[in-house]
Amino acid sequence: MRPLEIAFWAATLLPFVVTPDYLSLASQIAITALFALSLDLLLGYAGIVSLGHAAYFGFGAYVAGLLSKHYWSEPLSGLVIGAAAAGVLGYATSHVIVRFRHLALIMLTLGLGLLLAEAANSASWLTGGADGLQGVKMAPLLGFKFDLYGRTAYAYSLAVLFLLFLLARRIIHSPFGLALRGIRENALRMPAIGAPSLAHLRKVYTIAAVLAGAAGAVLTQTTSTVSLEVLSFGRSADVLVILILGGAGRLYGGIVGAIIYMVARDQLAGMNPQYWYFWIGLLLVAVVMFLPNGILGGLSALGKKAQ
Amino acid sequence: MFASLAGVLFDGFAYGMLLFLLSVGLSVTLGMMNFVNLAHCSFAMVGGYVTVSLTNRYGWPFLATLPMAFVAAAVVSVVLERTLYRRLYRASDLDQCLFTIGIVFISIAVYAWFYGTVVQSAPMPAYLHASLEFMGMRLATYRIFLIAMGLAIAALLIFLLETTRFGAQVRAAVDNQRMARGLGIDVDRAFMITFALGGGLAGLGGALAIEIVGLDHAFALNYLVYVLIVVAVGGLGSIGGSFAAALVLGISDMAGKYYFPWLGAFLIYLVMVALLMWRPVGLFGKR
Amino acid sequence: MLRLIAAAALIVPLAAQAQQTIKIGVLLTLSGQFADAAAQMDNGIKTYMKQHGDTVAGKKIEIIRKDVGGPAPDVAKRLAQELVVRDHVDILAGFTLTPNALAVADVSAEAKKFMVVMNAATSIIITKSPYMIRTSVTLPQVMETFGTWAATKGGLKQSYTMVTDYGPGHDAEAAFTSAFKAAGGSIVGGVRFPVANPDFSAFVQRAKDLAPQSIFIFIPGGAQPAALGKAMAERGIDKKQTKVLGSGETTAEAALKAMGENALDIITAWHYDYTMDNPLNKAFVKEFNAMHGRNPDFFSIGAYDGMHAIYETLKKTKGKTDAEAMIGAAKGLKWQSPRGPMMIDPETRDVVQDVYIRRVQKVGNDYVNVPFDKIAQVKDPAGERRKQK
Repeated sequence: MRPLEIAFWAATLLPFVVTPDYLSLASQIAITALFALSLDLLLGYAGIVSLGHAAYFGFGAYVAGLLSKHYWSEPLSGLVIGAAAAGVLGYATSHVIVRFRHLALIMLTLGLGLLLAEAANSASWLTGGADGLQGVKMAPLLGFKFDLYGRTAYAYSLAVLFLLFLLARRIIHSPFGLALRGIRENALRMPAIGAPSLAHLRKVYTIAAVLAGAAGAVLTQTTSTVSLEVLSFGRSADVLVILILGGAGRLYGGIVGAIIYMVARDQLAGMNPQYWYFWIGLLLVAVVMFLPNGILGGLSALGKKAQ
Repeated sequence: MFASLAGVLFDGFAYGMLLFLLSVGLSVTLGMMNFVNLAHCSFAMVGGYVTVSLTNRYGWPFLATLPMAFVAAAVVSVVLERTLYRRLYRASDLDQCLFTIGIVFISIAVYAWFYGTVVQSAPMPAYLHASLEFMGMRLATYRIFLIAMGLAIAALLIFLLETTRFGAQVRAAVDNQRMARGLGIDVDRAFMITFALGGGLAGLGGALAIEIVGLDHAFALNYLVYVLIVVAVGGLGSIGGSFAAALVLGISDMAGKYYFPWLGAFLIYLVMVALLMWRPVGLFGKR
Repeated sequence: MLRLIAAAALIVPLAAQAQQTIKIGVLLTLSGQFADAAAQMDNGIKTYMKQHGDTVAGKKIEIIRKDVGGPAPDVAKRLAQELVVRDHVDILAGFTLTPNALAVADVSAEAKKFMVVMNAATSIIITKSPYMIRTSVTLPQVMETFGTWAATKGGLKQSYTMVTDYGPGHDAEAAFTSAFKAAGGSIVGGVRFPVANPDFSAFVQRAKDLAPQSIFIFIPGGAQPAALGKAMAERGIDKKQTKVLGSGETTAEAALKAMGENALDIITAWHYDYTMDNPLNKAFVKEFNAMHGRNPDFFSIGAYDGMHAIYETLKKTKGKTDAEAMIGAAKGLKWQSPRGPMMIDPETRDVVQDVYIRRVQKVGNDYVNVPFDKIAQVKDPAGERRKQK
């Protein structure tokens, strides 16, 4: 790992000491960062634009919640089961999705996401409907209770983020990852050099679903709540905005985007609860004008200019 | 039995016309310049709020406000295009997305600031609030009006596109932008006019939508999904495509709710997914 | 070691603060789809504080507003945690939506903070924290009462239900149908519409095909009541033949304005309307108009009475804000509100109030809800049933 990266991850431990009142927010930023990272695998590396990625996030979240409600409240096993379930869903849907490109692909992901959200709303006997799932209570994580300050929550979500980040990094730097980038650049040619496009795309789609499901499961477990909102189009759109903001295809883009967007939103909503989205809109417009290709993209371009 | 089905189909047709007006501008501009303008529905809101203000505060008759809604939205879209959007033509699709979403957020806040968060309505003349008996069906006059407007505008647009020189330039630019430029067609100017036209139509759609679906500050986000569905299913750059897609979606939505109400919201998404899987480029799309 | 530092970091500001301020954390959905409801709630709070001042029992009241943005229990919970841990609030209040109220109830119970639900209407919320009271309404309270009234005094034998396909819709449907059937009525059919449904013609046509004696509607406020009203007029539902029954949201002020004459003769059951004819309400509406330029609605009155409950409770505890003292003082609290007489049930801590049956009529140039019957001091029936278990 490069020194800058080590410094970054060391810095993620600072909130415990410097801002102990903000640990719940930090935990939700870590979860969103993981979610954005999972989307980056699709968007930044495989070139698949998904407007329905919350389907896997929400599915993992609900599985974790349902497990807890039905008396299996140990967090780590719940996390694994939730992520795996999301992976299965991702694998199943990938067979449909990866065969399309461009606008059709985007709208199909949107459509499937919306269908799942509607199904969850209708199946309110299972999901609790609009009021959310009731009776979710988590057992302590390795002996640590999920406390009011969010200490356990942040430690947990940070650890999950870091581990899955390492996994993603591994995948991206592997031959598989290179093949993905090749597919993104020119989908027609890849089979000619022996890389089976569709199989590769299905694989990355499944992996992205697993990561998203893990993020969702951690959200349920750290907040002891899950409601329809985790499957909503709003969540899918938010994570896409966050990833583009940070810069897609740069591994850290999702994390940077999540930190900037969520901290900005929290501070702005605190200052101006009724019209904060005006300032967020301004932030997005400014980033695109001055930092093309997201914050990391713009910074790297500026860095190159300085050289 | 037939009368109630026909009544439902008629209402679906009208709803489809509304979707058509809201979406046709986005379809053409997206097909022509590949510019992802997610703020399209914000232009619709310009038209809607103009009508609300003129009728409620200044007592204008509803029909007279419609041209104003069109013009206001067209002007706003051109101003936005000349000042901000044209810097982003070279930018990536994702950046255009992000930028226009930022514009949507800003516009929603501005509308909430000036008009508040309450749902707006516009007073209608009595003859638009009535309903007629026709062959055993009850037809609302407002919906007849909507259908007439939709058909008239579709016809006008197709006439414009097929017979005028400007229309030929637009078609050329949609088919192959580089070639069109190479042939000396001023693509930027054609785009600006098309953008204005599309924005204006969205504004008109927004004004007409008040009576059917209401207008509030979050309209741009709520209807963006439906507009995108119409554009994708119809095919980029195609007026006929938008018309057909809007019609199919409007009618299947209505008929579905009538015959299978438990399917409710599912139906419009299922129809979209099925149609896109069958024809990924859209009903009348080219690429 | 870390824990000591964190503990020390907490004690220092607490000691420095001379506890002359009582902080109330208000969680509302000030942006997004439910922004208008939250705005009206906030307006209710502001109106109360203007009328009664911002000092109670010698201490100053400080309101810290937070935006939840919509139905987002994870955000609501986090904001509540931050209000408790960072801002040291004494009371948690607000709650436009049920999932948010449910999530924050956990924080109220764990951190032992007095909580006032000023809007969310799902019955079960009140059970989630022993320090919670509610000052708005519960769906069973109104809908079961309405169902019983419809089958008895209303003289209706049949009904067809049309509700929005989400939690409150399901609850309203269940409450109305169970009470209606228990009082001798029969439900001839029902339909549920999707949540953001823009066009109701198909659903109304289905209802019309069955030609029921009455139609019961439950839809959230916003643009939908007007759209439904228009669909009914367009499809030719004659309100003299088919009685249309609804909740107060269906005939809210904005909806009545948009529906115009299509709203005539709709019968609704609800707990508040800005046209209520009593001196307290007249004063409330006048102040509200002067401050905010519009009329109050049931969102406003829930928040207004929530503030009243807080002020009265604080007067009783002489400014002490610990949850046990406050909930003890709040139980059984009775007062006269602009909506009529109200009480916080001493056992369930839920709201007890009068339910009014109203009909839309033209008064002057406007269409308004005119009450013609009343059921006094209704307790939440679901809460009563829970007691028996």
